[in-house]
Amino acid sequence: MNEKVMRNQRKKQTIIFSVIIIVLTYLSANITGFNILHGIATLPEAIVWIFSNLYITQESLEKLPTILEKLIETILMSIAATTTATVVSIFLGLMGSKTTGTNGVMGVFARFIASVSRNIPVVAWALILLLSFGQNSVTGYLALFVGSVGFLTRAFIESIDEASLSAVEALRATGATYFQIVYKAVIPQCLPQMISWILFMIETNIRNATLVGILTGTGIGFSFDLYYKTLNYNAVALVTFSIVIAVIMIELISNHIRKVIL
Amino acid sequence: MEATTYIKRTHDGRITIKSGNKVERVMSGTLTVLTALTIMAFIFFDYTGLDLGEAFPATVYNLKTMFLEPTLSHFSWGEAFYQVGITLGLAFLATILGAVIAFFLALMAATNLSKEWVSKTIRIVVAFIRAVPTVLWVLIFAIAAGLGSEAAVLGMLFHSIAYLVKAFSESFEEVDQGILEALRATGANWWHIVTHAVLPSTFTYLLSWTFLRFEINFAVAVAMGAAAGAGGIGFELFMASGFYFDLREVGFITYMILVLAIVLEIMSTRLKNRYFPDSSAN
Amino acid sequence: MSLLTVEELGKTYNSGTKVLKNVSFKVEAGEFVSIIGPSGAGKSTLLRCINRMVEIDEGKVHFDHFDVGNLNKKDLRLLRTNIGMIFQHYNLVPRLSVIENVLHGRLGYKTTLQGVLGKFTELEKERAFFLLKKLGIEEHAYKRCDQLSGGQQQRVGIARSLIQEPKIILCDEPIASLDPNASKVIMDHLKSITLELNITCIVNLHQVEIARSYSDRIIGLKKGEVVFDGPSHRLTTDNIDIIYGTENRETRELITV
Repeated sequence: MNEKVMRNQRKKQTIIFSVIIIVLTYLSANITGFNILHGIATLPEAIVWIFSNLYITQESLEKLPTILEKLIETILMSIAATTTATVVSIFLGLMGSKTTGTNGVMGVFARFIASVSRNIPVVAWALILLLSFGQNSVTGYLALFVGSVGFLTRAFIESIDEASLSAVEALRATGATYFQIVYKAVIPQCLPQMISWILFMIETNIRNATLVGILTGTGIGFSFDLYYKTLNYNAVALVTFSIVIAVIMIELISNHIRKVIL
Repeated sequence: MEATTYIKRTHDGRITIKSGNKVERVMSGTLTVLTALTIMAFIFFDYTGLDLGEAFPATVYNLKTMFLEPTLSHFSWGEAFYQVGITLGLAFLATILGAVIAFFLALMAATNLSKEWVSKTIRIVVAFIRAVPTVLWVLIFAIAAGLGSEAAVLGMLFHSIAYLVKAFSESFEEVDQGILEALRATGANWWHIVTHAVLPSTFTYLLSWTFLRFEINFAVAVAMGAAAGAGGIGFELFMASGFYFDLREVGFITYMILVLAIVLEIMSTRLKNRYFPDSSAN
Repeated sequence: MSLLTVEELGKTYNSGTKVLKNVSFKVEAGEFVSIIGPSGAGKSTLLRCINRMVEIDEGKVHFDHFDVGNLNKKDLRLLRTNIGMIFQHYNLVPRLSVIENVLHGRLGYKTTLQGVLGKFTELEKERAFFLLKKLGIEEHAYKRCDQLSGGQQQRVGIARSLIQEPKIILCDEPIASLDPNASKVIMDHLKSITLELNITCIVNLHQVEIARSYSDRIIGLKKGEVVFDGPSHRLTTDNIDIIYGTENRETRELITV
């Protein structure tokens, strides 16, 4: 009897859930003018187009040195944004964590900064900074930097909160100062986790850097935009492939590092 | 045995205290390399037309104008909400279609439910799709399928699928092997196992992951509006900053995006805390 | 003057429960004192009031020439360098080497910068190795702490407290997570610290028999109050019944065995 009631209730929940999803899908399709059938219908066409246009030719390969230079610039920018953001985030993380936070107001401040810089999308930051910094690497770097601070601070707060308090207690009992405790008991425990987050952030930033580059006219994003607008699809293919190879290589290296340290 | 045999010294006779194992070497190596690359980056930056002494005060001034005096000038409140609706709609479509497709692909990618070569192939394809930035997918589809919401949704869909296949298949792999074996022993076929064992025990995880992806897709949809002409509030942001140079409107739009993003984040954190009490999902 | 004087000490936690009530006792230099009592009797809190890891609410604690309740930040550091502490869960930094963990005991003597940079003198390092050798774990000096057994980790904890050159060592349930063999090794080491180095030991224990066989003196704590204080041989079964609130034989056997 009871089981039957429960099963009915579950059935009801499933139906309500499905109806909500369907209604939301319909509304979304309506407001965006998206036609699922049309979307599916264009997919094969699009794939055929991709295979018949996006291939690398001998001619486009001549552009490889320029593209590689831009790619390296982009990768370096992503790394620089991540590492400098790490320095700031460590302090914000220490302030924001329950384990190491000394002052409630500072903790709230750290979390607020993190939340604002994380929740304003990187594109918005790029557009805002573009107004005063102009089209150069620094604009892209700063946009990535701000977003990274937001994300890494949240990640670091979590890592520090997870670190065991017992060693902190022991060091406090020996008469160690706050920074000695942080440096000798907290950081050694969280370091592997933190490095893992830093690597993750670098991967994310390289993808974001392409987007930011399109807006700020720097790096590999600029190359892509240039060839895209001049309808040079072979070069577009080359840019895309070089990004793919770079991202996959960096992912492989990070995964290898993670395997050793975690 | 002599007393000092266990003490390790550096060549100048000082006692070392680091254990010097592989983990430590890899960690300090990683940090050193990253520091070196950062310094290189700052040396090779393209500083064209940049005057830091001017840019920083200008940014502070701009930020002040944006965030302290937000107003709408080129469109109305109703229009603003409509544009936000478009962005949310794009994000929702990419997420929900992505989740459905990813569910089936993840079943094929999960090592405990699928053949090894199938799972490997899907993983490689997914890694490739993930490596192409979303904006490139959208731009590529914009020429391949024609500009419009289809290109944006399809482009975002690719990344959503790649992300969710990884998350879903990991959830599936955590299903207790014993349950699967027991069901196989009773002669249940593959679909029975999926609908009666795998789906019920992972459904809440799938839901949380999907919502997490929706949160990400909202930011992606804003970005696609700005960089790939996909429409929505992101496009308005691009117009306000790039064409009208209207800082107050940029501020207003940024506030709208910020508020929505925070609401979505709070909701997904709630879901995460409820369903993953002990893991840090990323 | 006694090394340690506790006068009418009282402690209340935020929830309003009174964990310590009117606790008074004195400890002389070179004594080995056990504090026994059921869990929740306030043993850990009492120990942590001595080095002010928890704040003192009522009463006074005098250690050496320090008035523990009224110390500024600098003097509190100085006080803590004079007091070693050993924990039930060893409280080591798991990812660091044994020798690094031992040297943490010197941090109280260093400026923040020296400590952060890990500037330890050769003399301190020699001393660390000497202590590890004394405790029989010198061969593990470069291993990560989480690769050691519980008993070995506790010996690292002892080395960390000894390198502080303390006048007293506070041990909070040092053997509660160890098997009988490792427990014996640890208790023997603690005993010899008192005998050979004349360092006072205050040990929280819940095994009455071990307390009786190792310590000069036992303090019994029940619901935050001292209900027994005297030489170990004077501890009778009646006293144990009072401390643990046991009335029948079986439960008493469970505690004393």
